Amino acid sequence: MKENGRCITKLENMGFRVGQGLIERFTKDTARFKDELDIMKFICKDFWTTVFKKQIDNLRTNHQGIYVLQDNKFRLLTQMSAGKQYLEHASKYLAFTCGLIRGGLSNLGIKSIVTAEVSSMPAYPDTGLHPKTPRSQPELKPRVRCSTNCATQVLR
Amino acid sequence: MAVCVAVIAKENYPLYIRSIPTENELKFHYMVHTSLDVVDEKISAMGKALVDQRELYLGLLYPTEDYKVYGYVTNSKVKFVMVVDSSNTALRDNEIRSMFRKLHNSYTDVMCNPFYNPGDRIQSRAFDSMVTSMMIQVC
Repeated sequence: MKENGRCITKLENMGFRVGQGLIERFTKDTARFKDELDIMKFICKDFWTTVFKKQIDNLRTNHQGIYVLQDNKFRLLTQMSAGKQYLEHASKYLAFTCGLIRGGLSNLGIKSIVTAEVSSMPAYPDTGLHPKTPRSQPELKPRVRCSTNCATQVLR
Repeated sequence: MAVCVAVIAKENYPLYIRSIPTENELKFHYMVHTSLDVVDEKISAMGKALVDQRELYLGLLYPTEDYKVYGYVTNSKVKFVMVVDSSNTALRDNEIRSMFRKLHNSYTDVMCNPFYNPGDRIQSRAFDSMVTSMMIQVC
């Protein structure tokens, strides 16, 4: 169990370093950012598109330093199904991605804490014996919560 | 070409500073240090001034009788400062911009090097040779 914890921390730190380099490369030709919200929008659109080939589906903020980024079909987890088998491994992918975001923000001058939560892993709905008409996309909504102040605030 | 090139981290300490060795290096270090104030002034004025186009290139920071100092700030708040000989009047704005572009590209490559820790002095040979090419006088 301790191994798992250290592994998560290491992955997050690796993601941090990669995020720093990636942001440097991606912001090389963009205009200067006006404010924090501008930076978050950049992360949701350009950064996410370049890394995951899609944009963030939903960005919410309380305008006091907490941003919730929602990705309805997180590419790193689409191949994993619901069930205990992959649960501990899924957290590793999330840790790396959290590090990625934290590194990117830190290079742009924002100290942040990034956490991730998955509401449900991919799964087909319960259609009985013959899944003749399954839903075309598995439902998967990981949410990434960034709080940009050093003290975490609770978003109600 | 350039007489002195400096890369300053966002905490305002130099990551890389190099000048033509024939001259008194301390003088250039001092010029770069004073130019940081001008850079900060330009960045903070960006929010209020309507003229600025949110560009990364800052332009001429201040001229002295022998030298001109140009500045450039990246989105990650790393500043590039270049001191150029005033007597070289053939140097145009576009050329300065392209020199800063090259600097930025090389800096990005250094940043992406996994063996480089952000915040350390830059010791990359590729970066060194790029700066050398900018500083050598083309006769």
